[in-house]
Amino acid sequence: MSNLIKYVSNTASIIEDEWQKVTLPPSHEPERKQAGKVVLFKLTGEKTVHADQIAETVIPATGKILIPLSVWLVRKDEFTDRLKAGELGIWMETHKLVETLVESQADLNVFPLIAVHVERFADGRIFSIGTLLRTRYGYKNELRATGDVLRDQLFFLKRSGFDSFLIRADRSAKDALQSLKDFSEPYQGAVDNPVPLFKRYNRNATMELKP
Amino acid sequence: MYKYDQLDQQIVDERVTQYRDQVRRYLAGELTEEEFRPLRLQNGLYIQRQAPMLRIAVPYGMLSSRQLRKLGDLARRFDKGYAHFSTRQNCQLNWPKLEDTPEILAELATVEMHAIQTSGNCIRNITTDQFAGIAPDEVVDPRAMAEILRQWSTFHPEFALLPRKFKIAVSGTKQDRAIVQAHDIGMEFYLDANQKLAIKVWVGGGLGRTPILGSVIREHLEWQHAPTYCEAIVRVYNLHGRRDNAYKARIKILVKALGIEEFSKQVEAEWAHLKDSQNTITQAELARVSEHFEPMPYATLSVNSASYEAAIASNKAFANWVKRSVHAHKQAGYRAVTLSLKAHGIAPGDATSEQMEVVADLAEAYSFGELRVSHEQNLILADVALDDLFPLWEKARAHGLATPNVGLLTDIICCPGGDFCSLANAKSIPIALAIQDQFDNLDYLHDIGDLELNISGCMNGCGHHSIGHIGILGVDKDGSEWYQVALGGKQGNDASIGTVIGPAFSAEEMPSVVQRLIDVYIQERTPEERFIDTVRRIGTAPFKANVYANKETSLV
Repeated sequence: MSNLIKYVSNTASIIEDEWQKVTLPPSHEPERKQAGKVVLFKLTGEKTVHADQIAETVIPATGKILIPLSVWLVRKDEFTDRLKAGELGIWMETHKLVETLVESQADLNVFPLIAVHVERFADGRIFSIGTLLRTRYGYKNELRATGDVLRDQLFFLKRSGFDSFLIRADRSAKDALQSLKDFSEPYQGAVDNPVPLFKRYNRNATMELKP
Repeated sequence: MYKYDQLDQQIVDERVTQYRDQVRRYLAGELTEEEFRPLRLQNGLYIQRQAPMLRIAVPYGMLSSRQLRKLGDLARRFDKGYAHFSTRQNCQLNWPKLEDTPEILAELATVEMHAIQTSGNCIRNITTDQFAGIAPDEVVDPRAMAEILRQWSTFHPEFALLPRKFKIAVSGTKQDRAIVQAHDIGMEFYLDANQKLAIKVWVGGGLGRTPILGSVIREHLEWQHAPTYCEAIVRVYNLHGRRDNAYKARIKILVKALGIEEFSKQVEAEWAHLKDSQNTITQAELARVSEHFEPMPYATLSVNSASYEAAIASNKAFANWVKRSVHAHKQAGYRAVTLSLKAHGIAPGDATSEQMEVVADLAEAYSFGELRVSHEQNLILADVALDDLFPLWEKARAHGLATPNVGLLTDIICCPGGDFCSLANAKSIPIALAIQDQFDNLDYLHDIGDLELNISGCMNGCGHHSIGHIGILGVDKDGSEWYQVALGGKQGNDASIGTVIGPAFSAEEMPSVVQRLIDVYIQERTPEERFIDTVRRIGTAPFKANVYANKETSLV
């Protein structure tokens, strides 16, 4: 049973996942401690991707593939045909910068799918990343949340521009569908509806709410 | 005050439904403890030492008598008949059952209240001056903007899971009473050279583990940009704030690491994209919300009242209370009144259900049915006519709400501490009670004069110890409770962070430590000096010398 929820023409439903997620193999490089070294604090706690991992990543020969941003950045030229065929998507982790992707490919709409992988439920960077992709960089195709994706994030993810959600394997996507409708009329403008409540309604007047 | 329309009510009602289901799933084992944690926290529910604690939002400290009655009722039915008012102007129930919390929230929703974002790593309750709208030194009533920002921040999807909690304070007075410099974002509203409403914005202040005053990020921001400018600040923080270490995750650490120049450069770059976007406030929306904060329908009164003057002249106890608890008002013949929740021997900020009902009655009888919660943990009746002060005092006094200690040493700001809170390193309430006991002589208290003594049971600083004239911090040393003392902290325009005077003390020593500090003040002060003035003039050394003199012999 698929655990992928996707919006198609404004209706969310559970559909089969056509995409194969490509992951990095483990590195042969010894883990290096960074004690005593000055590191960019933004990266604190995040593992570095090593060149051997990128080089050794196995790319399936056929079908739609979702590859890591780090592989795309280095091996970009290998994917020209797949990109043309509409078979290439990119996934990035929340500690990566959207700008890195944009610098490598100005028009993001060449990708039919961009996925953002959230390691822990509590990591809210995914919401800003989605918002930036949609509003600043004009990305219009499928934007998917993957990783520790549970139903109580869905309303926020949807409002931040995500239109597909791969629910964590041990949870029911069917149950999760409920939470997309947690609130009918949110206050502030966001990606899904940029118009805030005070501009959507004449709040001075007594008005009837839509059912 | 702000009244909900159907749209506000719908959001609060839908939240109750959502939360009820989250609790159901947790109890059914469909959510793990770890998964439930951020969900319950964003609804104000902590799991504490004895029982859960539920923090109920009191937006910018405003309550109606009907709401206060409901709080009293809930405390009686679902708790032990009392509640605690906090330094964030919120209201906390200390003993509810987890299973009852959805029902409590449903009850709150019937009086336009909720517990949304009162905890967790999100934008918290926005706080302001307890005298907003009535203070003579006020330039702009900040409450309409506080309400607009409340709505903007409620379930803001981009900022639902920040690196750490995020607190905004607003003020509109010449003399800051909202500690705007000690918040993640502080906003001071003022009228600019063209008499247009503008905002001075501070960022990166905070009291917890690393107490620091905020830096000015913008001297002048036009009012309508408040939400989009906040979006720029919080987005930079959301993307770049540390998430690997909870102790270094507040925005102040990011601002410090980048430096205010670089941080504000990034914010301005972000804001260039957001400025004038749809979340920009319209004049019509400001006007709509401002209508809820129009001045009360005051009677035309004389600036003096003979009966009031006569009561002061003939009744020393009333006169003492007036000196401390009655405050100036914009409107002729009116005063604001602080009802002290600092009766000696009672945990600071606690009120019983009966007291809440009495205050609701008083608000209805004498203050247009509204009241406020101050960050000093007292209750305020903001609009009382001079002639009503004496009868009000008599009723308040009969219910332990008229201790004439407002602004004095025993008006202690104090967190719930180790008796209740699972974060605490040490108890704080017994220290407050012991100090109140030591200084139980009213004439002496009045002679000591204005003094803010703040106690926190851990370095998260809910008791605002860093800005207390005397700040006491509970610390844990080898499994036992000790108390560190700092001097010279202050709230206000000339805010400062206190300096720790030396090694920590045991709980038993604390009353005499405070006594020794006061002795130095009494000896050194000039006639006009308040305690904080003396500390600032002579420094901490003389205080330190007296406190630690012969300490070796007193320590076993």
